[in-house]
Amino acid sequence: AMEGGPSARIREGDCAVLKRDEVFKAVSVLRRRKIIFEKQWFYLDNAIGHIYGTTFEVTSGGNLQPKQEVEETTTETKEAGTDNRNIVDDGKSQKLTHDDIKALKDKGIKGQEIVQQLIENSTTFRDKTEFAQDKYIKKKKKKYEAVITIVKPSTRILSTMYYAREPGKINHLRYDTLAQMLTLGNIHAGNKMIVMETCAGLVLGAVMERMGGYGSIIQMYPGGGPVRAATSCFGFPKPFFDNLHEFPLSKVQSLLSGTFTTETLPADPEENALVEEESNGLSEEKQTSLQETEEEPAPEAPMEINPTEEQDTMDIDAEDVEFKENKEKENKENVREKQIKQWERRKKLKEAAALLREKNADGLIVASKFHPTPLLLSLLEFVAPSRPFVVYCQYKEPLLECYTKLRERGGVINLKLSETWLRNYQVLPDRSHPKLTMSGGGGYLLSGITVILEKGKSDSSNSEALKMEEPSSKRCKLQDLPC
Amino acid sequence: MSFVEYGDTIKDGDTAIVFLGHESMFPVKVQHGTVTQTKYGVIRHSTDLIGKKYGSKVTCSKGGWVFILHPTPELWTMNLPHRTQILYSTDISIITMMLELKPGSIVCESGTGSGSLSHALIRTVAPTGHLYTVEFHQQRAEKAQEEFREHGVEHLVTVTNQDVCKNGFGVSNVADAVFLDIPSPWEAIGHAKSALKAEGGRICSFSPCIEQVQRTCLTMEEYGFTEINTLEILLRVYNVRTISLQIPDLGKAAEDNSVASFDSSNPSHQGSPCANLQQGTVQFKSGVPLREVVGHTGYLTFATKS
Repeated sequence: AMEGGPSARIREGDCAVLKRDEVFKAVSVLRRRKIIFEKQWFYLDNAIGHIYGTTFEVTSGGNLQPKQEVEETTTETKEAGTDNRNIVDDGKSQKLTHDDIKALKDKGIKGQEIVQQLIENSTTFRDKTEFAQDKYIKKKKKKYEAVITIVKPSTRILSTMYYAREPGKINHLRYDTLAQMLTLGNIHAGNKMIVMETCAGLVLGAVMERMGGYGSIIQMYPGGGPVRAATSCFGFPKPFFDNLHEFPLSKVQSLLSGTFTTETLPADPEENALVEEESNGLSEEKQTSLQETEEEPAPEAPMEINPTEEQDTMDIDAEDVEFKENKEKENKENVREKQIKQWERRKKLKEAAALLREKNADGLIVASKFHPTPLLLSLLEFVAPSRPFVVYCQYKEPLLECYTKLRERGGVINLKLSETWLRNYQVLPDRSHPKLTMSGGGGYLLSGITVILEKGKSDSSNSEALKMEEPSSKRCKLQDLPC
Repeated sequence: MSFVEYGDTIKDGDTAIVFLGHESMFPVKVQHGTVTQTKYGVIRHSTDLIGKKYGSKVTCSKGGWVFILHPTPELWTMNLPHRTQILYSTDISIITMMLELKPGSIVCESGTGSGSLSHALIRTVAPTGHLYTVEFHQQRAEKAQEEFREHGVEHLVTVTNQDVCKNGFGVSNVADAVFLDIPSPWEAIGHAKSALKAEGGRICSFSPCIEQVQRTCLTMEEYGFTEINTLEILLRVYNVRTISLQIPDLGKAAEDNSVASFDSSNPSHQGSPCANLQQGTVQFKSGVPLREVVGHTGYLTFATKS
């Protein structure tokens, strides 16, 4: 079957994701390569051959060792207080000093034992309530037990990772919003999809995962080439790319008006994509924050520009750079190869143009930093009737305008502007409550279904369509004014 | 047509969606010689539907018209005959992503209920995956089986009529994911674990009450599930409206002899089509939340077997 994908075991060269508690990081599995993650450094060599989902302990020297499930050694009778009326914060409850703890660490003593020592040397531990003791242990474990889990990449993991680490790169598209897009768009095997995104290739990857290598995707890109940094983290098998096409946005108008040629190609996508990826990380991020400073200080901007953070997540990019640099050297030696490449690009562009010209796509997904209205008005031309489309926007206002313009254009029904809220829960005996509310920041969706657009009598049918789907504006004024 | 493959034209035997407007629609089984009544008049299948393209506008006998849509799991969810309470697309989408479903996935589900989630699961795992769905209510199980046949997806699903808490899913070590929507999910966690592949997989349980979640989480932990995580997802839909707000009369008109001063003092409003001054009012576009929305469907608890 085509959807094979990565095997159940960790192999050299795989794209994998490191996980510690709720923190993720995408890496490629290579031997003798130092990884820095959550203030720890280690090598992945020993992880090779283990099943995905295995939890490892980091030993001295940066080696990984599968974590043994240890039976909690709670043979001693449990002692606990009932309330904190007699607990005084004098700063002296812990008898071990910083130096003592450092000495324990330097001796290479396991994190688990350090936690045990901290408990034994805490004068207030026994007076704490059972719940407080539990919380204390969990906190210390988190700090001193150096464990990481290696998991297989998936849309679930990568979209969670990107939203937490680099929301600016994916236009703050929260993972539950992405989940809605995939369902509302009826993404499945065999589709012919049009995807226009500037979310580092995350949305493209999510669509590819759901199509499992069946069907085709035409990615519309701005500038010199599509950005697929996140797509490469999925570790898709080669055949998944056979039916992945790309088409420059700047050629859409000429394709629609019938003047399209492949005479003037956009600049070389490889070089350009590279430049763009780098600028995505820095200059572009600055631009966004500049635009936003008028209203809010854009708190996430400094974090994203932070160069160590950049390096930390984007190991895969760094490899790409090396790989491409080498490749370029070869190219200079062989001009003919470059000509062949250009010819191939022209051929691919023709193929993508031919696919679009059929105007029978099974859906349209848009998630970009651009204003959605012009994208929708043009790209919907390529979609067959009775097919869903979904547009993401970080802000609600552009989608209000897009909604109005689509209504004027006609050829769409069941338009819906929506947003999802996500609430996480802590579930523990007698301590269950919501964890954190995530509202607002996940973006908005406008979705609908295409129908056959009857040209000519569009005016009359549109007013009818408006009547059909929307209460008359007079009535809504009456409803809304007194509020 | 089938629920897992788009077709261009309406054929005899298809299930199509008749769209009357503003979320008003219903499914229809297309059959030669049959007629369907709508508030706009009669639709004659042989002449009005069969051979037409999906997405066409069809004029009914009284002159009114409707659109005929290709079925999708989402449209089916909005229109299916309820035999039980059902899961809606908002919950379904997060379930699908968090269970990491894709073409080729093997999924176990219980109960089948009205088949709302089942159709979405089948769509996602097709063409090489499979759904094993268990329903203890015999009539519901039979009805679901019949619908899967009508919708051209019966080769992708196995319906079993048994009690999942007592007898499990009828398969072991094959599933990539398990979904539970039953009153006592904790009684099925053991069966879920043995249905999942030896190398691991994902599980999700849907429960309306926090007490159910509590027991489920404890049982999942007992059985060695990790990454136990409970969440809730809520949909907010906005109506797009043009709103007019009246400008209050502060007696300025008498002094400035022009109300337009309000507009000109707001350069940001100029040039925007929806913010013009009209007889003492300002108009703007707004996304207005619905007056009443769904506040709670259920808690979703996810976990990993590894």
